[in-house]
Amino acid sequence: MIGYRAQRRIRGAALSFALVLVVVYTIFPYYWAIVSSFRTGQQMFDVSLVPSFNLAHYRALLGDTVFVGSLWNSVIVASSTTVISLALALGAAYALGRLSFPQRRLILMGVLVISMFPQVVVLTGMFELVRWFGLYNRVGSLIFAYLIFTLPFTIWVLTSFIQEFPRELEEAAIMDGCSHWRILTRILLPLMGPAMASTGLLAFIAAWNEFLFALTFILTDDSRTVPVAIGLISGSSRYEFPFGPVMAASVIVTVPLIALVLIFQRKIVAGLTSGAVKG
Amino acid sequence: MSSRLAARERRAAWQFLAPCMAALTLVALWPLGRTLYFSLTDATLDDPANFDLIGLQNYIDIATDPDWWNAVGNTLFFTAVSVAIETVFGLGVALLLNTAIPGRGVLRAAILIPWSIPVVVSAKIWQWMLHDQFGILNRILIDLGLVEHGIAWVAEPGLVMWVVIFVDVWITTPFMVLLILAGLQMIPAEIHEAALVDGVPWWKRFWSITLPMLRPAIGVAVLFRALDAVRMFDLSYILAGNGVRTMTISIYARNQLFGVQEVGLGSAASTWVFFLVGIVAVIIIATVRIDKRSAG
Repeated sequence: MIGYRAQRRIRGAALSFALVLVVVYTIFPYYWAIVSSFRTGQQMFDVSLVPSFNLAHYRALLGDTVFVGSLWNSVIVASSTTVISLALALGAAYALGRLSFPQRRLILMGVLVISMFPQVVVLTGMFELVRWFGLYNRVGSLIFAYLIFTLPFTIWVLTSFIQEFPRELEEAAIMDGCSHWRILTRILLPLMGPAMASTGLLAFIAAWNEFLFALTFILTDDSRTVPVAIGLISGSSRYEFPFGPVMAASVIVTVPLIALVLIFQRKIVAGLTSGAVKG
Repeated sequence: MSSRLAARERRAAWQFLAPCMAALTLVALWPLGRTLYFSLTDATLDDPANFDLIGLQNYIDIATDPDWWNAVGNTLFFTAVSVAIETVFGLGVALLLNTAIPGRGVLRAAILIPWSIPVVVSAKIWQWMLHDQFGILNRILIDLGLVEHGIAWVAEPGLVMWVVIFVDVWITTPFMVLLILAGLQMIPAEIHEAALVDGVPWWKRFWSITLPMLRPAIGVAVLFRALDAVRMFDLSYILAGNGVRTMTISIYARNQLFGVQEVGLGSAASTWVFFLVGIVAVIIIATVRIDKRSAG
């Protein structure tokens, strides 16, 4: 018979071991990408886990106008889509979270259904729209097209954030005959900084990472966003794969993202789960 | 008075909603409608203004194309297997994160990494790690004496789908973990304490308390993941291009549109994707509902 104390210790050790295993599984691939990004030539095939800080790939990439251009395109696309989505969704979220009108549930369901649209389903119609607006092969096409997934998401999450605020906040203002616009912009909005930040960050990540539209609506290198640019980096021959530059590009593209995610960790988890758990 | 107030509130609601509704109509409903319309035509990409209505011919053409059914099979296999693994794995990690052990803060932060980086990047990282000659995984296997030559994970026809599933599990398990963890934290501690006092063994506590109470959270997580998996495009496309073994329905539809340049056929294929996603959604929602009812 094992004593209770020993049993607890074994359990604790087993759990810690499992934890270490899961942490290694989640982090190691990214760590390996960083290590590889600092290596060139024969070094690439070294299996040692210690990075060597050879900046050659980084220098080459940051001196490459096409890559830097696609970084810029990504920044422009992701931030514009995020700002537009937040601006449009805020009003809708107020109506859906605070005002009562007969079609409220129906609209919430509709928004949810749109968020489930497979992107490929709207590809034909979106392609036609993009050409009509003269946006084909321009970053504007992506800012426009990305609204299809950032908008439903931001509406849904902001609505659930607004519903969480106590109604007492606005009661006095309603008594004083304050307009809804003023209630939203003067009372709720100042309190919604954290909610807007986490929702915005999630929308930004989704836009930053998008691949299918970016692959389809952009034709030339100078208008591309980074995911597609990375996807298209290829070696001089079919048998050579430039893993060094690809890993360096991957690190450049993801480090700001990961930094933001870790800083806003708790808020992001709250934003990610609030829509889902209550829905 | 109160009905006038209510009417005012309704009007205000629509004013607040209008810009958003207009935007959603433009970016979602209109393109969807156009796709449905084009699916009934013989339009092609090089001359999109010139086409005839041909009824359901495109749908029939798709339904009799063996490549399409291959893509459907791939997609459903990928969805079922990857979501099943992610659910079990996600539940395990969530339970781990829910216990008071040192270092769980590190894990909670770490799992956000695979989730937040672009799929392209994850795919490329794993492509490099799984490289047949220089990938670190093969090097380890060779050093351990488990294999003689590196395994060509992505080039081996029997393996490539499993590679796609493996990478997908790495990317999306974090999402499962976060949703299930949120569900776990909503279970009142008193229930577990009462069971503990009564001497109920841990597996029975898990089976009769934790799992039933987690059902809604798991149901929602599975629904989101499954819908994402059914429409998956990028991972397969980057890892294996247009490979037959991993072609998903989204890749098939895009190929018809921009590879073969048949807008009509491609639109019909996209519409099939839409129906398939709808069917999967209905099945999962119905299952969760029935579970809820039978659970009381």
